[in-house]
Amino acid sequence: MWQTDWTFGLMGGLMIGLAGVVFLAVNGRIMGASGILGGLVDGTGRSNLGERAAFLAALVGAPAIAALVWGAPPTNATTNVALLAVAGLLVGAGTRIGNGCTSGHGVCGMSRFSMRSIVATLFYLFAGGATMLVARHVLGII
Amino acid sequence: MRALFAALSGALFGLGLMVSGMTDTTKVQGWLDIFGDWDPTLAFVLGGAILPMTIAWAALSRRETGLLGTPLPAPPGTEIDRPLAWGAVLFGAGWALVGLCPGPAIASLSWGGMPGVTFVIAMIAGMVIAGPLGKRVLSASQA
Repeated sequence: MWQTDWTFGLMGGLMIGLAGVVFLAVNGRIMGASGILGGLVDGTGRSNLGERAAFLAALVGAPAIAALVWGAPPTNATTNVALLAVAGLLVGAGTRIGNGCTSGHGVCGMSRFSMRSIVATLFYLFAGGATMLVARHVLGII
Repeated sequence: MRALFAALSGALFGLGLMVSGMTDTTKVQGWLDIFGDWDPTLAFVLGGAILPMTIAWAALSRRETGLLGTPLPAPPGTEIDRPLAWGAVLFGAGWALVGLCPGPAIASLSWGGMPGVTFVIAMIAGMVIAGPLGKRVLSASQA
């Protein structure tokens, strides 16, 4: 069921894009995962708390139901707690400092040709590539 | 109504992440491994997601509000500042180390087990503590 070749990539990508279209066209909002969660946990998104909570609940709930019905695709994530903690901290801090992640800058921002989003996306892809090079091929820790 | 459509969007987003392979950390690390055994699948995910969004931005360009009457996002800023660049670099490094970015990390919470939960707790800590702190330092050093 979860063989993920490029057709699944494209299909899933279109679903992600449609989700962004709904949130933008109906709610008038940018679908950025880090922004929606971040505004909830640091209190800056108090004015539309219900919208954020509903989005996040469905973001956890819908895949949970799909996983029960069809089985869950493995995340294959490392079990190294230190690595998980450092990576999580970097992702949380970085997305708040840089105002967005893959969905906010990469999908919603780039599609409106936002220069800030294009620059952010280039920077995080480059940093990701450089980190893979060093951590996997030089240090061998991932 | 806003919560209802937010939930619809969140559900579609989560299922899309699941189908596309974005919740598979080996797939994501393979895509970021440009100097190793590169896996191009995620280019199709990004392309597939950007396509409908580009059409939506164009179709909404003359409107001021969404269909439920709330204002549409303001035009994007143009200033490329230090927090934007450094934030993106920190995020990219963390993304590569484990292979999870915020959307897939949240979407896979129900089946990702200990690694997923640990990552999300650390990510929230980063958002609450390290994010604001880092932003203040970077903004101050720019002045």
